[in-house]
Amino acid sequence: MPSIDAYSQRTLRSFTVRRRVDAPWIDGFVVTASGKVPRVQTALDFRDCLGSVKARWDIGRMNYRVPPGLYAAGNPGIGSTVLVSANYKMSFDRLRSVLPGRDAWILVLDTDGVNVWCSAGKGTFGTDEIVRRVQESGLERVVSHRTLVVPQLGAPGVSAHEVQRRCGFRVEYGPVQAEDLPAFLDSGMKASPDMRRVRFRLRDRAVLIPVELVMGAKYAVLLALAFLLLGGVSGGGYSLAGVRTIGLKSAAVVLGAFLAGAVLGPILLPWLPGRAFSAKGAALGLVLVAGIGAWDIFRNGGVASWLHAAAWMAITPALTSFVVMNFTGASTFTSLSGVRREMRFALPLQVAAAAIGFGFWLGGLFAA
Amino acid sequence: MRYLEDAVTLEFIPERCDGCGMCVKVCPHAVFGMENKRAALADRGACMECGACAKNCEREAIRVKAGVGCATAVLAGLMAGKEPSCGCSGESSTCG
Ligand code: SF4
Ligand code: SF4
Repeated sequence: MPSIDAYSQRTLRSFTVRRRVDAPWIDGFVVTASGKVPRVQTALDFRDCLGSVKARWDIGRMNYRVPPGLYAAGNPGIGSTVLVSANYKMSFDRLRSVLPGRDAWILVLDTDGVNVWCSAGKGTFGTDEIVRRVQESGLERVVSHRTLVVPQLGAPGVSAHEVQRRCGFRVEYGPVQAEDLPAFLDSGMKASPDMRRVRFRLRDRAVLIPVELVMGAKYAVLLALAFLLLGGVSGGGYSLAGVRTIGLKSAAVVLGAFLAGAVLGPILLPWLPGRAFSAKGAALGLVLVAGIGAWDIFRNGGVASWLHAAAWMAITPALTSFVVMNFTGASTFTSLSGVRREMRFALPLQVAAAAIGFGFWLGGLFAA
Repeated sequence: MRYLEDAVTLEFIPERCDGCGMCVKVCPHAVFGMENKRAALADRGACMECGACAKNCEREAIRVKAGVGCATAVLAGLMAGKEPSCGCSGESSTCG
């Protein structure tokens, strides 16, 4: 009769295996000297794509993880390449989607469900975790060579010479984009200078918009709501008519400024003037407020309140400047020193413009 | 696209370099190039302070104050009275 310990050990093991097999993107096993390794499909299906869309919109993103450990793509053997990945499902999916027709091992690190670059910056995608996973998976018995292909964007967290010293595996940095991986592997692990550069193309920026919207929406809506309600205030007491006219319009401008910053900011980034993101955002806000003013004059034949016009000329650029400035974190080329420098002048200006503008706006309520 | 050029903490000490080429490989902005079998700063202003080069230079010929260029994190750090730390959880923030 097996002891309790052996029994619970076995259930535990079968549980771990079951947890992995459960995933729809697993289609079998490859037997190795270190045990059975789950094999992943290399074609993405509808569920994977739906998952990416949801993750882009920040829905259940934190649950979008792959259990860490070793996986097989195709029918890898002792000579097959070992590719290292993060356990953010989107990073993992991007990797396996470029592997059809190839035999490779994929070593998934535990990065708390965060993608390669971000987790490398935090250090969770790093030397310690690579060494731990290599040892835990018994990789030295699975393959006869001693090379790991680590995505280049993981390099801020990984020290190649440390990894080699601690577990005997040499780190070869692969290309920035997973799409270039086949070319990199076929050329005997040589990356062209182009494959080593991180880009921030229109499509790279566009996919970030949903998360920008989701993250900022709460604050934008609260601010718009405040303007909506305050719109009813006037010298003669509180009026619903004020809410419907001034309040509604002010709320619309606030939401418009937020949308401009969160959607047009990323799209128009290279063409907005200045290098500081806050300057780019302010420019966007000035264009927006000019547009709103022109539209107002065209529709109503004049400006209803010069105080309110002045107010929006200050508040709108302050808002868009702030929103676009916060896009620095999503960009692929801003430095911490640079962000600090730009914030030192931008933040006080934004606050001052917003405060002065709000003063004008309140004044406009009582002057009407 | 380029960012503010003069705010960069990157330092390179050529005397220590043995020309292994690692910094050229890991830099996502081609800040380093090779010249006469040694590394050389080719475009210092493009550095985003990711820290990859320093971390992978066995000779410790590179120094950089690594961090994430994220205004949201700097702001959060300012309010908490701490150093900025990236709070991003996925695709947002310096995430490719
Ligand atoms: S990684 Fe260090 S030693 Fe190697 S080339 Fe660059 S600076 Fe020189
Ligand atoms: S810190 Fe990053 S961006 Fe700057 S030189 Fe080093 S690798 Fe390149």
